[in-house]
Amino acid sequence: MRRRVESTRFRPDVDAPAWRGGHVPYDIIKEGTIAFVVVALLTVALAVLFGSPDEYPLSIKSWSTYHPVDFANTAVKELDGTSASALYGAPYNTASPGQKLGPFTLARWVGVRIPVHSARDFVLGPLASLPGEPVLKGDLTQYERATPATRQRWLRAYSAAPISFSNGALRDGATQAGPVPTIISSLTQMARSGALDQGLITQSGFYTTNYTLPLLFLADGSYLSSVATHQHLAGDQWGMMNETGNYPGQAWLWLYTFWYQIPPLNTSPNADVLVWAIMMVLTVLLALVPFLPFVRSLPRRTKVYRLIWREHYRNVQSIEQ
Amino acid sequence: MSDVERQWTTRLRRRAVAALPPDKLLPDTQPSYVASWIYVFGVTTMSALAVVIASGCLLALRGPQWWHTSSVGHFVNSLHLWSVEIFFFAMVVHLWGKYFMAAWRGGRSLTWVTGVVTFLTSVGAAFTGYVSQTNFDSQWISTQAKDGINATGAGAYFNVLNTGQMLMWHIVLLPLAAVLLTAIHVLLVRVKGVVPPFDERAGAPAVTNHDANDANDTNDEKVVDA
Amino acid sequence: MSFGNVVGALVPLNTLGRYVHWHFIQISVANLIVIALMVLTFVVALVAPFPGRRRRRENR
Ligand code: HEM
Repeated sequence: MRRRVESTRFRPDVDAPAWRGGHVPYDIIKEGTIAFVVVALLTVALAVLFGSPDEYPLSIKSWSTYHPVDFANTAVKELDGTSASALYGAPYNTASPGQKLGPFTLARWVGVRIPVHSARDFVLGPLASLPGEPVLKGDLTQYERATPATRQRWLRAYSAAPISFSNGALRDGATQAGPVPTIISSLTQMARSGALDQGLITQSGFYTTNYTLPLLFLADGSYLSSVATHQHLAGDQWGMMNETGNYPGQAWLWLYTFWYQIPPLNTSPNADVLVWAIMMVLTVLLALVPFLPFVRSLPRRTKVYRLIWREHYRNVQSIEQ
Repeated sequence: MSDVERQWTTRLRRRAVAALPPDKLLPDTQPSYVASWIYVFGVTTMSALAVVIASGCLLALRGPQWWHTSSVGHFVNSLHLWSVEIFFFAMVVHLWGKYFMAAWRGGRSLTWVTGVVTFLTSVGAAFTGYVSQTNFDSQWISTQAKDGINATGAGAYFNVLNTGQMLMWHIVLLPLAAVLLTAIHVLLVRVKGVVPPFDERAGAPAVTNHDANDANDTNDEKVVDA
Repeated sequence: MSFGNVVGALVPLNTLGRYVHWHFIQISVANLIVIALMVLTFVVALVAPFPGRRRRRENR
């Protein structure tokens, strides 16, 4: 058997020399108290000086009021299954395999855990909940009873003519679009009244703290992202680390958002999962710094520590002389 | 062994006191090489965490939406935001400092690792805070972040669009984790003592980490000069 | 446009953010200041003299 000699050798980046030198008085409680008071005062000073941001939330109501055409176009996409949420895949539906990490489709493996049916949840369901409205009810029944091919024909006919908005109502030049014009304009009216905001959050009952549906719907339109891009918050603007206004944001996410800016990740359909994987690897490496041969020796080689402990080395020197 | 000595309570206390005797837990001296401003950033981070939690508790008093409509609430929110900025600021400077001291030496690697895990937990705590704001910021951040988290499969259970779920993580689970991890981290520092400087004298020192944990051992003949 | 009254903010920062563009790098002035201060703080912490610890001898 060979004997392992290394284990007793001193490894300067792993082992520490024993301290045989002196000690000095140290009041840990006083140090902590002073630190706390200083930080608390600094916090108060910054809060008084700069305050904090708080931009109004958007709503389905404000979206459909200020941008009714964008809203109506998004509603059509929800109906014909071409919106971002309708095509999302897991965890919302099975419309797409989702992002791939090499051969792994992680989201699909976990499956559909938060089922979202865009046409039913965003359009048909809320309209069906409206009381009265016999014409709308008839149109909804007609739509639901139609074959998929017929629905597609109606939707194509509706989308063929441009939508506009004037005098408080949606205008479309569509002919042969079946019940679709009524459905879209009714949904737009419902949205403008604020009832759709309520309709989307109360689907699970009286009390709710879950905003999955209204947030998904809002994100399917272009209103939310245009406001965010104006505020410099978009993903391709390093937005992850930014805050509204001139406030500092989550600067500690600089590396996470960095990857989204460079090729091939800035165009990859799998960017989210790839960036996540890169960050997980880097995080594990950060945790393992004490065990990484080259990285752990840099502090000793760069000699920055001589600044930190300069008094100690000065003393050692003067003793040795 | 007597009956008393066999008790769980007795054994736990013995082990706790052996690992962390009172003069290590609350030392009144420290090795004389500890003389740099860089050492204050650990305690600064801890203080900022305390201010974060205190201001968060004030926000909790009147519920999650209070700060939108009350100027007092808004001011408390400002305290919360700025203490978070100070917290991360101090933590990053602390991390840089510990890196350049190679403060994992001498059996201190777990201190480093718990530091990294605390950092990660804090990033999560801050993130869930941002999506719990119930304003435009939270709408945008949650709808963006969902894609990242969904792509990993975690979104099926950790639904960033579920505001109630995010608020619970933000005000209960993640702060609890951050405080526990910080406690472990700081206790590890107390157990191991602050890492001694690199030995620059010619010839490697004979002593290694196996018996080098006495940097704070106040029972040694120590020289105190103020 | 802001929700609550920004009471106490002597220098409210809720105006449209200012950004620095440099090639593909875009960073808000606010974040840039924070990061610069962090580096500055680190450097100052390394070089600033630590009070009350002058002229001490160590037994080695
Ligand atoms: C919530 C976050 C953190 C808090 C409250 C915290 C607090 C502290 C405190 C109070 C100390 C002892 C005093 C000092 O040397 O500053 C310490 C030491 C240490 N910290 Fe942290 N820390 C945090 C995060 C981190 C991170 C992110 C790292 C590195 C990845 C880290 C690595 C270390 C190491 C290696 C030591 C040992 C220092 C030595 O032996 O000289 N800490 N920390």
